[in-house]
Parts: sequence; C-alpha cells; structure tokens
Amino acid sequence: MSAVPKRPEPNLGKRAIALTVTGMTKRFGSFTALDHVSIDIPAGQFHVLLGENGAGKSTLVKCIMGFYQPDEGALAVDGRDVAVRNPRDARALGIGMVYQQFTLVPSLTGAENLVISRADAPSIIDWKKEKARLAAFMDRMPFKVPLDKPVSALAAGEKQKLEILKLLYLDQHFLILDEPTSVLTPDEADEILGLLRGMTQRGELTIVMISHKFREVMAFGDAVTVLRRGAHVGGGLVKDLTPDAMARLMIGDTVIRERAARTAFASRPTMLELAGLFADDDAGRPAVDGVSLKISAGEIVGIAGVSGNGQAALVEALAGQRPLRDGRIFIKDKPFEPVRKDFDRFKVFGLPEEPLKNATAPRMSVAENMAFRAFDKPPIAKFGWWLSPGPMRARAAELIAAYKVKTTSPDAPIETLSGGNVQRAVLARELSGDVDVLIVANPCFGLDFASVAEIRAQIMDQRNRGAAVLLVSEDLDEILELSDRVAVMSEGKITYVAPVAETDRTTIGHHMAGH
Amino acid sequence: MSHDPLIIVLIAMIGGAIRVSTPFMFVALGECLTEKSGRINLGLEGTLVLGAMLAYATAYQTGSPWLGILAGGAAGVFLGSLHGYLCKLPKVNDIAVGIAMMSFGIGLAFFFGKPYIQPQAPRLPAIPLGGWTGVPQLAEALQINPLFLVGIAAAIVMAWAFANTKWGLIIRTTGDSAAAARAMGVSVDWVRYLATTIGGFLAGVGGSFLSLSYPGSWNEGLSSGQGLMAVALVIFARWSPIRCVMAALLFGAAGALGPSLQSVGITQGYYLFNAAPYILTLLILIASSGSQQAFRAAPGELSITK
Repeated sequence: MSAVPKRPEPNLGKRAIALTVTGMTKRFGSFTALDHVSIDIPAGQFHVLLGENGAGKSTLVKCIMGFYQPDEGALAVDGRDVAVRNPRDARALGIGMVYQQFTLVPSLTGAENLVISRADAPSIIDWKKEKARLAAFMDRMPFKVPLDKPVSALAAGEKQKLEILKLLYLDQHFLILDEPTSVLTPDEADEILGLLRGMTQRGELTIVMISHKFREVMAFGDAVTVLRRGAHVGGGLVKDLTPDAMARLMIGDTVIRERAARTAFASRPTMLELAGLFADDDAGRPAVDGVSLKISAGEIVGIAGVSGNGQAALVEALAGQRPLRDGRIFIKDKPFEPVRKDFDRFKVFGLPEEPLKNATAPRMSVAENMAFRAFDKPPIAKFGWWLSPGPMRARAAELIAAYKVKTTSPDAPIETLSGGNVQRAVLARELSGDVDVLIVANPCFGLDFASVAEIRAQIMDQRNRGAAVLLVSEDLDEILELSDRVAVMSEGKITYVAPVAETDRTTIGHHMAGH
Repeated sequence: MSHDPLIIVLIAMIGGAIRVSTPFMFVALGECLTEKSGRINLGLEGTLVLGAMLAYATAYQTGSPWLGILAGGAAGVFLGSLHGYLCKLPKVNDIAVGIAMMSFGIGLAFFFGKPYIQPQAPRLPAIPLGGWTGVPQLAEALQINPLFLVGIAAAIVMAWAFANTKWGLIIRTTGDSAAAARAMGVSVDWVRYLATTIGGFLAGVGGSFLSLSYPGSWNEGLSSGQGLMAVALVIFARWSPIRCVMAALLFGAAGALGPSLQSVGITQGYYLFNAAPYILTLLILIASSGSQQAFRAAPGELSITK
C-alpha cells in the first residue's frame, strides 16, 4: 500500500455514493404518477422500493436516471444538488441501472460487450491489452462470468451478473436494479443478492432494488420505501418491519377477495394425461423433452421452472400453437388432438401468458374476442357460418357484467383495455362454460393485488368444481399457494414431482437449477 | 495432360470462378456489411447495374478504367445513401424500399446507358500470375484482375474490423440489438445509413467489374440477377466476410460451368448448365432453411429473422 494516492483506479476505492430525492413529482397530463416523493439513501445502503404495478416505482427511477424530467423536486448526490437531464448525466454521476430486459448484445462476447460499452472505447482494440485489463478487473469482482463466450450462450444468471459487472466496469457506484431476480432460480438470486449485499456492506456500492418479493426484502434489504398510487406511504429499516406490515402499506384499503377454500375430494379419476411429449423450439432444438404427467379431476398441478426451460413450449403445444414431434395426450382416457373440435368436445380451456398477444385479436372488439369459443354455434351463428351480431353483443354484455371487465363498450377494441381487464375478458370467455381441463400460464403476471386475488380464486373455483388444472408459473409463491402437486421443469424435462405438502421452496429451487 | 478434357474443364472453371466471382464478392460484402447493421438492402441488383453502366460510360469518356471504377462506386454511394435515407423515415420497410431501389437503379441505367451499348471502352488490365506454370490454359486462367485481389483484401479487412475495432463492434451491436445500441448512445439510424451507403459503394464497384473486365461491355442483360443472388449468398455465408468470398468463388465456379463445358465441345444442355448459379441459389436456400444454424448467426434486428 503506497501512502500517496495515485490516479484513481476504477472500483478500487470504497466510493459508494449517497442519494437524496426531495419532493419528486411527475405528472402525465392530468394523471399524477409521482406525488412529492422524498427518499434519503445513505452511501452503502441496500434500499428496496416496494409497490404494486403502477405505484410509481419505475417513474421514480426513470426520473433519477434522467429518462423523465420531473415537474418538481430535486436530486442530491453526496449532499450536493445535481441536475440529471439525460441518462448520460446519470452515468457521469456514477448512477447506473440494470433493466428488467437484458441490454447485452447477444452475438457479442462478454469481453466485447464490456469494452464497447465504455464511452472511451479505443478505435482499434488491442485485445491483448484489454483482456489483461479485464482479467485484473475480474480479479477484484466477486462475480465470476466467462467473458470469451457469446452472451447468447450464457445462462440467465450469468447474463444478470454480466449486466451488473458492466455497470461496475463503467465505474458506477449507485446501482438501480429493476426486479433483478425475476429470471433467476432462487439459488442464483440468493447468490447475486448476497454478493451485492457484501459490496454494500464494504461500502463499495449503494443499491436501490425494485422488488415485490418480501423474502428478498427481508433477507437482503437494509431499508424499504413503499409507494402507492404515486405517493410515499411508508417505509423504514427492514429490521423494524414485517412482511404483513409492508403488504398492508402496498395495498392500502383495496378490498382483496378472500382466498378460495380448497375442497377435499374422496377419489379423483385421472382427467388429463400427457404421455411422452416432445416438441422443438423455433430454432429446431428440443424444447419439450419427454414430458409425462397425469392430472386428476379436481387437482391443480403447478409446473415451476426458470423461464426458458420449455414451459412456454409445453403450453403452446397443448394449445395447438406448436407442433408435437412425438407423444400423445389423453383426456378421460380418450386421445386428444389440440384442434378446435377437440377443445370443444373435451371441454379444454386455456389462459395463455400475455393474453393480449396469445389469446386475443388485439384490434377486434371485446365482444368479438369474447365470442371466439362460440361464434360458430347457435345462438350467435346460424348454419355454422351466418353470424348475428345481436346475440354476440348480448352475450358479451352479460360476461362483462359478471366478470367486472372495465371497458367503455363491448365494441371497443380489446387492446384499449388495461392488462388486468384483458385477462378478465379472456377469463370470462374461457371459464363461463363447463370446464374439464384448464391450462394456465403465468396468469397474474404484471397485475395488481386485487386482480391477482380474483384470478387465483377463479382458478381455485374451477378446481373445486372438478376441473383438472395445469398451472405453469414463474412465480413460485403462486405455485405454492394454488397447487395440489408441484412439478419442476428443467431443460425440457419434468425433473421432480411432489405433493405440495411434502416439499418446500428450497427443494423446488434446487430442482429448478437442475441439481 | 493439358489435353485431358476433364483437366481443361477444371482449369476453365478455376479461371471462370476467379472472373465470375468478383462481382458476387463485392455485392455480397456490401450486403454483408449492410445486414450486419440490421438492415437488408435488396436494391443491390439495381446498384450493380447502374454501377456497371456509369463505370463504362466514365471509362469511355475519360479513357481511364480506374476512374470508371470510382464512378461505379459513386453510383453505389448515391443509391445506398438514398436507401439509407428512406429507411430512416418512420414506418418505412427496408425490403419494400429495396425492391423500389432495384427498379430505380435498373431504370436509370437503361435510360442513360442506351448510347453506350455500341462503343468500346478501355478495359481493366489483368495481372498475369500464371506464367510460371508453363501451361498456356492455366496461364490464361490465372490472368487475375486487380479488383479480385482488392475484394479479398476488403473481406479480410472487414472480418478484422468486425472483431477488432470500435466501429466493427458498434455495427454488430446495432445489427443485433437496436435497444442496446441506443443505450450506448449510438444513433442506430446513422450507423445503418452509413453501413448501407458503404455497402452500396462496394456493390457499385462490383458493377464496374462487370462492364470493364468480364464480360467487359455494357448491355442491358449484363447482371442477370447477380445482385439478388448475392443476398442468398450472404445467408449461405452466415454473415461472415471470409465465407462470403468462398461462397462467391463457389457461385463463380457454378457460373463458369456452361462455358467451360462448351470449351471442350459439350454443347448439349448449354443453357441448362448456364442456369447452374440459379439452381445453386435455390438449393442453398432450401439447405439453409433446413439447418437452423444459418439463422442462429443472423443479426437479431434483420426483418427476415424477426
């Protein structure tokens, strides 16, 4: 250690920075997205932003990052007032953000991604020199990622680490992480958050993390700020708070539907049987690799797994959107083909993920979208092809009332509805009849507490009425809440099946990671 | 040995491959550069024809084939920058613009090229590299045009630049993820504009080879779709400049099949053998659609892969 400080080397000094947000307000027209929010984040703190979708979390961080110009309010870094006019200003102050979507370039290697992200990247890159510098940088980092592979060949956890490494490489000491663990297994999430927490404790970093996983907040956070409808409604040090208290702050006085009770069944015949299903992804690689599963009437089987392990392809294959390479599907011991005729005959219904994209024609009206299952049958159609708009609209009006779909009219294009209402409209279409088999994928993704509770209750109702439910979800809490049995899918295979009472989060997490 | 018909055909095909491949090589390198930046320019057929016509006219007027090459390149810069500019406008589709630019370039070339169909312009000199062999046919086949060597050098420079320069990485970033490029503060439209313009320059130079070296005259049937085949060739070459050169040689050899067989007296099916490059294009497209590997290497922003 030399006594005289030399030119500062990146990331050697303990240089976490403090950030103070004062009276931050952002309006979009008449809508106030952020209402006089003030937060004080001392250097080296692991700070969590909690709130439902639309509570103003991302508006707040976008104001900090310079994507939005706040209407009122001020930012101070280390007690000094600063103006952040654009993301470049934020970067110059040492504030960086890890987005929900990866921003790495898939075809470039890790090393190429790091070097090109530098503002002062040399015109002609001397790879020998850069590789030596990168190796020296990596030696100081707790994260280990292979830098010579194209990013597209890395696992999700490695990509997330590389995103964080990129910010550290760019000498950022204040990191904003937007739901960084949503694509990771519980073990990967714990590893990354643990390492980041170590860096904050050593004073090398300050972190603001957007999350709604209370478990992560309790395990890694120092302090919490809760936002609701754009306003700061509470917060404090994590050690003074409980998950229940945080949940109450997040939800406010919204009435949440009670969790539906689980009816017990004496004997349950097998309803849905998947026998050795194989399907390929768009690039021709195996995505579903020999999946066999039996689901009884009145049972929910939850399939857990990290995104991209074949769950989406399995749902698509069952919905007829992806050809099966091999395997058979049986319903009540009769062979089932995923075509419209069999969906009707066997009473198979589905809620695919991203319903606006996968289950609706976005520019057609709500009424037309709600008639997808029945438009060619009486009373809507005569002779199977002559459609009458009257009965179609009348039926849609009934469903809109029964399922509380908020729409200006049955004739509005369905894409004008909010996410929760699109999901309700699809739910109304799929669940209004008699259901024997229900296939559900990530039904609550991006919805608020009230919609989540409503949709989970509807799924439970169908189970209690005797439907076999296949639930695919990336949200382990959802699977643990709803399922009778849990299955884990990893690299296209079902690697683990257990009744929900006989398993736990850790065991499921290990199987998700492929152990 | 030099009278064995098989040897004669082989030698003729090597010579033909070297001659015929040069325009393929330039157009493919230009298209490769443009596609690496995330945009497709289907108008390179028009660029090739306009480049050939303008190069020929310039060489005829000035007496210098070298100025002709520059004029061909300038035609490519003009059409390429027009394509790049039009695609910067909101909601403009690069494929539709490319088809329009193809018709536009061909139309311009036919309109202004009428007076140059008869006159004889000076041709590019060739470098005799085959004297040491002592075999006249081989010496004839190894009369190599300097542009062929320039094309190979350009491919090597491009391959090196894609891996080792800031600009190379920026082009690959823009082609693979526009969002990532914008996050880096790179103007995606500007990078693609420049890549399309430089790609156009290369295609224009390729056109000048058609009229100034081989076949070495200007007429309206000069290109016969080589600019379009180069697009297939880039897919076949999986967006690698070095593989573009090899694919161009393969296409060149296929194009030389008919004349080579004719030189040993096989005239049966002459037109069928002349169709070899087109058949090869079809086979390559079928083969590359069957193997998903080609599309894994495709830049993520290309509208054909989206």
